[in-house]
Amino acid sequence: MNTVPILSVENLTMRFGGLTAVDSFSFAARRGDITALIGPNGAGKTTVFNCITGFYKATEGAVVVTREDGRRFDLHRMADFRITAKAGVARTFQNIRLFSGMTCLENLMVAQHNVLMKASGFSVIGLLGLPSWTKAQASAVDLAMAWLEKVRLADRADMAAGELSYGDQRRLEIARAMCTGPELLCLDEPAAGLNPRESAELNTLLQAIKSEHGVSILLIEHDMGVVMQVSDRIVVLDHGAKIAEGTPAEIRVDPKVIAAYLGVDDEEVPGSLEDRR
Amino acid sequence: MSDGDTARAAALSAALVDAVKWALVALLLSIPLLAWRTIDTPTALDLVSRWPVVAEAVAIVFVGRLVMLLAVLTPNRSHETRELIGPHAIGAAFCGIALVGLIVAFGWLAGFEIAGWWRFRLLLVSWLAFLIVFQQTSIGLVFASLARWLSGTKLTSYLPWAGLGALAVFPALPVADRYTLDLAVMVLTYVMLGWGLNIVVGLAGLLDLGYVAFYAVGAYAYALLAQNFGLSFWICLPLAGILAAFWGVLLGFPVLRLRGDYLAIVTLAFGEIIRILLLNWQSLTGGPNGISGIPRPSFFGLVFDATCGPGSFCGFFGIEHSSLHRIMWLYYIILVLALFTAWVTTRVRRLPVGRAWEALREDEIACRALGLNTTLVKLSAFAMGAMFGGFAGSFFATKQGFISPESFTFMESATILAMVVMGGMGSQIGVAVAALVMVGGIELFRDLELYRMLVFGLVMVVMMIWRPRGFVGSRTPTIVHQRGAVVSAGNVKEGHG
Repeated sequence: MNTVPILSVENLTMRFGGLTAVDSFSFAARRGDITALIGPNGAGKTTVFNCITGFYKATEGAVVVTREDGRRFDLHRMADFRITAKAGVARTFQNIRLFSGMTCLENLMVAQHNVLMKASGFSVIGLLGLPSWTKAQASAVDLAMAWLEKVRLADRADMAAGELSYGDQRRLEIARAMCTGPELLCLDEPAAGLNPRESAELNTLLQAIKSEHGVSILLIEHDMGVVMQVSDRIVVLDHGAKIAEGTPAEIRVDPKVIAAYLGVDDEEVPGSLEDRR
Repeated sequence: MSDGDTARAAALSAALVDAVKWALVALLLSIPLLAWRTIDTPTALDLVSRWPVVAEAVAIVFVGRLVMLLAVLTPNRSHETRELIGPHAIGAAFCGIALVGLIVAFGWLAGFEIAGWWRFRLLLVSWLAFLIVFQQTSIGLVFASLARWLSGTKLTSYLPWAGLGALAVFPALPVADRYTLDLAVMVLTYVMLGWGLNIVVGLAGLLDLGYVAFYAVGAYAYALLAQNFGLSFWICLPLAGILAAFWGVLLGFPVLRLRGDYLAIVTLAFGEIIRILLLNWQSLTGGPNGISGIPRPSFFGLVFDATCGPGSFCGFFGIEHSSLHRIMWLYYIILVLALFTAWVTTRVRRLPVGRAWEALREDEIACRALGLNTTLVKLSAFAMGAMFGGFAGSFFATKQGFISPESFTFMESATILAMVVMGGMGSQIGVAVAALVMVGGIELFRDLELYRMLVFGLVMVVMMIWRPRGFVGSRTPTIVHQRGAVVSAGNVKEGHG
């Protein structure tokens, strides 16, 4: 297996006018790992995300993806849709962005647009209904149904995405991102708004994506239950700069991270109410 | 007196007070608008009073408001008000009115003369009664269950074929005189334009206010190619479509980054630019004089003329000449063109490009996150919509034989857009129905002269209240796992321009 990090971010800086949201931030995500990006609100996590997926153009710095076959892509020079199409980076959004008026199955079919577009001969073959197109479409439906099965939405394939419950929508968005055939999956707070049972399911899903499909995951998350359980490495961001990086065990005891983000359990705080009594 | 009685009395008196207020406003408004009419007398301009008209208007508002309050606008109080009048009585009364309206409408269609204003009153009242019946009584449920039963049977699968058959034999029916055929051709032209614009506005969610520009490009393309190079209609038709599509892409490029109101303004400007260009480029387009003597399409090489020579339609078939033949032929041409538009659109909707249009309407940012080149998606929608506009334009040119910039004003764009919005964005059948209502319906009220725009406005307002998403607001999925799935109107987005 390729040992070059799948994603390496070097000296990424993003300024909005006078405000520096991300300041010379560097990190690398290893292939096959689940890397979590954590930090307090306003630390610049989503900005980093948007720079990686091309929705923002970084003011300075480089974002490089190396694919399994060794091809390198400079994401900071690519248009957002090309990053998904060529570099194999897919993403989800903090506020879910499904095609709410389209069915679950249609959502997953749109995700396979580029493959299907070629198969339909840019609509010419598709318009004539030649067998090669019918076959390509059937296999696309199979892939979509397999993913719906995996996120337990197969029975709701023909239901409008907007009609699903919040947790189902979150899972559908992940399935949709996976249907683009990515090597790196970027999830922006996938556990936000989920109940404990749904978070546990999400853990299983992320592990399955990692182990069964060999897809590396980059994850922004506030739910420490999810982060500590699934991630292989954690990068901590505060005020636009990296303050720590390491395994979950290392991060949990890192004094800087505790001060900036995690806080401490009540019983460890000297001079708390209990001690004084 | 029991509690129910007091509640009923309160509801009734509140409604009465409200209706009186409305009637007062109507009175105030109708004094300057309706009460006086100027008449040219040989010596001077005279004022004539029209108090009966005012009384009628006030009465309509009073009764209408009362009915609305008691029967329609109070869903949370509806059981109360239904008790008040009694559901069966109200249903029966409205059914009766609706039935009378229907009979009158059919009677009029069958040839009985009814004065224009009375026809208008009857149609309006019966139409409103119909809506109320549907909303408020079990008649609506009966229709709904009937529709459900129909959709369960095999009958519905024959319905489109029956419709097609009816359209195909229509010119041969006795009702198809010159006027009806001309109207049918006009309706079908608008249906085709509506379907073309439906791709841009309904599917891709890009608000285009300058669609008439492509119609104009198609018309002038055919007129100029036919006059200057002597090309036949069937060669010019695809050329006109390609040219219009080219202009669609040309318009698409600068407006790619725009959305919503901004996109609407720029497309509006584009429509005007094309019209003003046609108006001022005298040497090419003839300016305001337009282009006349545009060749008419021939029936596989046979021309339609009165001489009945060897190369003419009547001469070849050995029948008597009739000016209807040409119009029938035009009818079939536009029918085939419109059906072609529908066929291509329905098929393309199920292809990745069509699905991408709808995804674009739903969420552009999500599209880009999934690797869709939204530039190409938008341009393809513009090009395809424009192409069908171009086809319709060249048909228009060959039908009229004369075109001038006056046929391509903003009013046309607005009409076509209204059809798409009224029909239900993205729905083919809805747009066709809307075109029929808007072109055919306006013809129905021709006797009302200027007031028919008032009727038109009224219809629009009522539509927005009852069916804000158009006749057909739901959408059929482009691909299904199990048969028969439908996405209800509430989930479908209109796009942001």
